[in-house]
Amino acid sequence: MTTPTTVFDEELRQRAREILARYPADRSRSALLPLLHLVQSVEGHVSPAGVEFCAEVLGINKAQVGAVASFYTMYKRRPTGDYLVSVCTNTMCNVLGGQEVYDTLTEHLGVGHDETTADGSITLEHAECLAACDYGPVVTVNYDFFDNVTPSAAVDLVDELQRGNRPQPSRGARLCTLKEMSLQLAGFPDTRDDAVADGVAGAATLRGLHLAQEHGIAVAGFNPDTPIKKKDDAGSGKPAAQAGAAANKPASDAKPAGDAPKPQEGNLRGAKEANK
Amino acid sequence: MTTTPRREVLEKLTPVLTKRWLSPNAWALKTYEQLDGYAALKKALKANPDDLIQLIKDSGLRGRGGAGFPTGLKWGFIPQGDGKPHYLVVNADEGEPGTCKDLPLMTHDPHSLVEGVIIASYAIRAERAYIYIRGEAVHAARRLRNAVVEAYDKGYLGRNILGSGFNLDVVVHSGAGAYICGEETALLDSLEGFRGQPRLRPPFPATHGLYASPTVVNNVGTIASVPYIVLGGADWWKTMGTEKSSGPMIYSLSGRINHPGQYEASMGITLRELIELAGGMQDGHQLRFWTPGGSSTPLLTADHMDVPLDFEGVAGAGSILGTTATQIFSDQDCPVYATYRWLEFYHHESCGKCTPCREGNYWMVRVYQRILSGQGTHEDLDTLLDTCDNILGRSFCGLGDGATSPVTSSLQYFKQDYLDYIEGRTAPRLSDKALVGAH
Repeated sequence: MTTPTTVFDEELRQRAREILARYPADRSRSALLPLLHLVQSVEGHVSPAGVEFCAEVLGINKAQVGAVASFYTMYKRRPTGDYLVSVCTNTMCNVLGGQEVYDTLTEHLGVGHDETTADGSITLEHAECLAACDYGPVVTVNYDFFDNVTPSAAVDLVDELQRGNRPQPSRGARLCTLKEMSLQLAGFPDTRDDAVADGVAGAATLRGLHLAQEHGIAVAGFNPDTPIKKKDDAGSGKPAAQAGAAANKPASDAKPAGDAPKPQEGNLRGAKEANK
Repeated sequence: MTTTPRREVLEKLTPVLTKRWLSPNAWALKTYEQLDGYAALKKALKANPDDLIQLIKDSGLRGRGGAGFPTGLKWGFIPQGDGKPHYLVVNADEGEPGTCKDLPLMTHDPHSLVEGVIIASYAIRAERAYIYIRGEAVHAARRLRNAVVEAYDKGYLGRNILGSGFNLDVVVHSGAGAYICGEETALLDSLEGFRGQPRLRPPFPATHGLYASPTVVNNVGTIASVPYIVLGGADWWKTMGTEKSSGPMIYSLSGRINHPGQYEASMGITLRELIELAGGMQDGHQLRFWTPGGSSTPLLTADHMDVPLDFEGVAGAGSILGTTATQIFSDQDCPVYATYRWLEFYHHESCGKCTPCREGNYWMVRVYQRILSGQGTHEDLDTLLDTCDNILGRSFCGLGDGATSPVTSSLQYFKQDYLDYIEGRTAPRLSDKALVGAH
């Protein structure tokens, strides 16, 4: 069995110390999520040794770390491939063809959700909304986007990956491995030459802007020198004392948005009515 | 066939927060500075923090994360002179199905968020700020981390910013794949190194937030709006939008339209107008149902095309403006199947803390599978409604409430579609194979 001392070297311990330094000294537990990304960057998943390493660095027990690691989808519990291929099968991508893409890949690769191909190159998963619905259906490889994917394009993509090539994502940076990506997720910069500059905005992202530009639409009246009103300015609309009092109103008086009547109650009533 | 929008509809476009996306290098400090970048910070640091809070109040800015809480009011709740550290936490955990506005903003204009963070922190007297970004948003995070480094190098972050005496440290903190962490108190727990589970409120984050200290949690779009308001003023901001929903809003259109994408428009634009901007519905598709602001907002129908898409207008139609993630479905899409897929999401993403949400979503998924595989009964509809009745308002946070939205709204508007599966008029949508793969 591996232990933290055998797997994680001094360089990694130095990185762990850098992560801890980002958070207040008495709040080091805040470093746990980036530390878990860090151990994943070494092993490709969060192993018992990785859990032990995080526990040791933070001075908490393994159960505390394990409880957190098992909560979050991105921490993998088993060894992964170099490329995590995620297919969005949430509603929008799904109806636009994402389910077919996923089913095709499952068959083509011979693996199911959260499983890795025999050659160790690809881990497949279906994902829930990757926040790119305007490019649906989408697939990500180590979380960089391939837009408007068809089943045959998805097959080509994984074939390329299995051949050892790295196809260029539609909008993000050139591909790296899942371990390299995990190091970035731990908060360390992408050190590849100009990777941060990679990728241009897609057509859908700019669609509204291009429309405005084509037709000469701009927001009028913007004057960057507009003065900021001071509390004692005459004509500020409110007496200064009142404005100050408002600023110091205790938070417990706040009416949170969630306390408003829930619109779903109307739907529930309506649905019950329809179901009579 | 793509249609060309009419002039009066085009004029509802208000490129403000999205405008710099047209400059391919706006993510880099040098380009950002050429485009008014950090001018607002210089102006703000000369002002009294209380006056900045008042400015945001005067602008009528409301939270862009879904709930629409007045931002200035939230800032004003932070107790001043209390001797405790204050925190600003930016909620960049974009994950609501349909929502895709914050990722492009952070990818193409990350400095506008960083600048907003500095101004907001100065206003609420915070010396530490965290940007909690969704783990999967890797390219946005690359650009954002780069922007933070550039801002430190230029003296916009760190000690004694631009000689003002104000200090601020910013950390970009990547999540790890949990939708629930978009809920502000779950986000705070996650940021403290725990499982992301919501907290009971009160106390509110304004007094007991991160590390039990006064904390403002704001969405990316909210904070990125701040520099524009500081520069252009509250009155200019209010020239856009409606009386109670001021300013521009990024509407994210997806689905059966000719040109899905991001359309920043004056708040209060209607779906009919948005579809016109998006070049009309795709050939052979008739609008049938849509979400005004993500899957947690009750579905609306073709009867709601002229509802003003601002906070009050959508509430008046029985739904929620949410994140203005407008997902557009047609007569070729099945509302029962769409709801099933959303429920799979809520079931997967329920953090498990509250029994009604954890168990209710688990069972509702199974009821949908039964209906969609042609084995549903009339009683299943009662079971769904009864389950929703037991989830709604009975969990710590809004995830459970949100899960009931597509169920009750689709049953309200499209009961016949359910009956068609149950009574055998619609062919089963799910096969046994699909059921095996579902989890």
